[in-house]
Amino acid sequence: MSEYILEMRNITKEFPGVKALDNVNLKVRKGEIHALIGENGAGKSTLMKILSGVYPFGTYSGDIVVNGQEQTFSSIKDSEHKGITIIYQELAMIKQMNVCENIFLGSEICTNGVIDWEKSFVETKKVLKEVRLDINPNTKIIQLGIGQQQLIEVAKAISKKTELLILDEPTSALTEAETDNLLNLLKEFKEKGVTCIYISHKLNEVFKIADRITVLRDGQTVTTRAAEELDEDKLITLMVGRELTQRFPRVEHSPGEVVMEIKNWTVYDPEIPDKKIIDNVSFTVAKGEILGISGLMGAGRTELFMSIFGCYGSNVSGEIWLNGVEIKKRNPSDIIKEGISYLSEDRKGNGLILMQSIKQNISIASLNSLSKMTVINENKEVKAVEKYISNLHIKTPSIEQKVENLSGGNQQKVVLGKWLMTEPKVLILDEPTRGIDVGAKYEIYSIMNRLIDEGVCVIMISSELPEVLGMSDRILVMNEGKITGNIPWTEASQEKVIYYATGGK
Amino acid sequence: MNKRGETINSGEAIRNKGSFSQLISNSIKQNIRQYTMIIALLSIWIIFALLTKGIFLTSRNLSNLFLQMVTIGFLACGMVLVIVATHIDLSVGSVAGTLGAVSAVLMTKAGLNPLLTIVLTLGCGILVGCWHGFWISYRGVPAFIVTLASMTAFKGITLAITKGATIGEFPLAFKALGQGYVPKLFFKNANFNDTSIIIGVIFIILFIIIDLKKRNARIKHELEVLSVPLQTLRIVLISVVIAIPCMVMISYRGIPYAVLLLIGVVVIFTFMTNKTKFGRYVYAIGGNKQAARLSGVNIKRINFFIFVLMGLLTALASIVFTGRLNAATTSAGNLFELDAIAACYIGGTSSTGGVGTIFGAIIGALVMASLDNGMSLMNVEIMYQYIIKGAILLFAVWIDFVTNKKA
Repeated sequence: MSEYILEMRNITKEFPGVKALDNVNLKVRKGEIHALIGENGAGKSTLMKILSGVYPFGTYSGDIVVNGQEQTFSSIKDSEHKGITIIYQELAMIKQMNVCENIFLGSEICTNGVIDWEKSFVETKKVLKEVRLDINPNTKIIQLGIGQQQLIEVAKAISKKTELLILDEPTSALTEAETDNLLNLLKEFKEKGVTCIYISHKLNEVFKIADRITVLRDGQTVTTRAAEELDEDKLITLMVGRELTQRFPRVEHSPGEVVMEIKNWTVYDPEIPDKKIIDNVSFTVAKGEILGISGLMGAGRTELFMSIFGCYGSNVSGEIWLNGVEIKKRNPSDIIKEGISYLSEDRKGNGLILMQSIKQNISIASLNSLSKMTVINENKEVKAVEKYISNLHIKTPSIEQKVENLSGGNQQKVVLGKWLMTEPKVLILDEPTRGIDVGAKYEIYSIMNRLIDEGVCVIMISSELPEVLGMSDRILVMNEGKITGNIPWTEASQEKVIYYATGGK
Repeated sequence: MNKRGETINSGEAIRNKGSFSQLISNSIKQNIRQYTMIIALLSIWIIFALLTKGIFLTSRNLSNLFLQMVTIGFLACGMVLVIVATHIDLSVGSVAGTLGAVSAVLMTKAGLNPLLTIVLTLGCGILVGCWHGFWISYRGVPAFIVTLASMTAFKGITLAITKGATIGEFPLAFKALGQGYVPKLFFKNANFNDTSIIIGVIFIILFIIIDLKKRNARIKHELEVLSVPLQTLRIVLISVVIAIPCMVMISYRGIPYAVLLLIGVVVIFTFMTNKTKFGRYVYAIGGNKQAARLSGVNIKRINFFIFVLMGLLTALASIVFTGRLNAATTSAGNLFELDAIAACYIGGTSSTGGVGTIFGAIIGALVMASLDNGMSLMNVEIMYQYIIKGAILLFAVWIDFVTNKKA
């Protein structure tokens, strides 16, 4: 038996147009808590999905060795058989079922094909005790808090005789007390011989429990070191430590008068009625500036702008002012008419109608101006669409090409074309360069600069720090639903942004 | 040639470098679904022609077939929109039965004239559509549930109106809508229907004018067009396709009013789905509801109108059907919803929404009507008819699933 419970060797994984992982190596010793650290998009989740079999053997290159044996997982079941369990950030439980049903979902205790509920209950009580949860196994998940739900996920993992437990951002929704409780529990499990891979943005937590730390950056392993050798500053440098190259066409802008102002914006979670997602946020955007919005996953960036656009949150309060006039309406069609457009981060889910043509996708938000008495002037439509196809350099044989056949970069340009056609005064771009190649990224940056010259305000939400630093005229940093930093680009640095993004403590 | 003309010609030259055969193969690739549907329809016809020793293909039988498919054709036109927007309407059969009974009572009991009856019946159809639309769009109840409720409820309402009896014998004008043919205009004694010939010729001329106008508009906007020989070929082919069914009907008793009405509806709905904001939005909602919402589409309003249109078409279907039977019965409209839904799926409407054409649904309706008609000619027992129709629906949706997966 080797000293490592897990070795991932030279893992490379490509998505169309993007290399998500490039020769990544990860070695985890038996019985340690191993932290996996990296910026958003560094490849942590992709790596864990490969390990758990979500991306099956054959879709990546490299070797996975568990307890000295090479593995070819083709599904989550395979990795679970080897004692590997992963708990995702988004908890995967069926809320209408009770604790016992959830814990044994997929691995029910049966005698002759009939579920033995008595035995299941006894077992459930046992594992609940191990995670120190004092609740009835009959309780429905929906009645529990997020912290308790998290512990039930851990209990579920224990019931499967897990040897290697992977937690992906387990504390992003937890309170401080719940976090401490979870961390103590993980230490206890360590004593019992359970190995743990801990993925988190919260560096203080990492230093509380981790024995060793592996840092990923841009899909590559930077280093693996013992936790004692590092401190938070060193870790931040390792996470971001790269020179800003000429990947960004920065142009000097001279911001003019304020175009849009948001006052006291508060949004509650649509599912948890008393949880504030956005907490009393106010900010302004000036003519001719690119406003960068930075922050870690779950900081509320997307929720903030989705709610301004009128399509998120059940209980939204606050004021939107555009060119000195307050906008009272709260639905996308009216907001678009007022001159605010929002490009969603989820290109396929919220942006494109994949089975339809480029033409139909680009014109869908502007049909009012292309039609008379509801009849679309097709010639006008075709000309307008062709203008954007050539302006944005969308590579396609025809405007009738279905969007699903385009590359990621071209798809993104189609969505961008859709919003440019609405001739917005304020254009909100949520992760405008996610999942597209470097060349297409550069083109999109250039388009942003062109828009600024035309007098459009651009708000760019991005999880990629270099992009935010490279393109923004001003950066707003968000943390837990609040704006914690407002930095002009001349004063901005990666360390500063990370500092505010982690709460500025 | 002026300057503009030259640029177009050069553009055309470049585009035509893709050879003729390439053009054909592209056209087949793009319209593979429509071609497979038409091939399926033709093969069903050939099979029936063989099994019935040619009776199936007589002009008399085909004329009847067209008349029989009109009811399902109307329903299928509306159902396409419903299914494309990822809803379903299970109530059209029951509602059609009720509306038929309403029109019967209005004429026989209340003594209204046919025109007023038709207007009132259409109004009732719209009201039913509003009722469904209200619950589905503005109260968020799934269409499946809302229309399932109506399916039962309207069966009851039909019984209440007819009191379990058959109400019959309508004025000639009303009957004509369901079973009448356009009258002969000039040659009263000829053994062919001259009006139908005129109508057929008008259709072909209209088509040619519209197609050429479209071509000119595209040239004006400097967009690509077919080359002159290809354009001519296109006109000839489509003229022939229009002429053949016209000839069939002309050599029997002429074009039925009901078929004319259906053609009108098909033209209007095709236009609506392709050329209007409403149509675009329906497909956008079906394709990606969230993206449509974020693009400023008022989803509730569009869904509401889809069901209003469905109600209107259900009323039309019920009028034609009641007129054809010359009676309103308690069982009228039975299983119409299944035929209409099947017609859509057979016609290539995607069960996951976002894809489907009026033309396809009409072909689907023809397939369903052909199955009914052909199996009746062969004296197939009704139990086998149901089983075969069910099997064909299953097969059609499976084909749709497989081709979708490949694409």
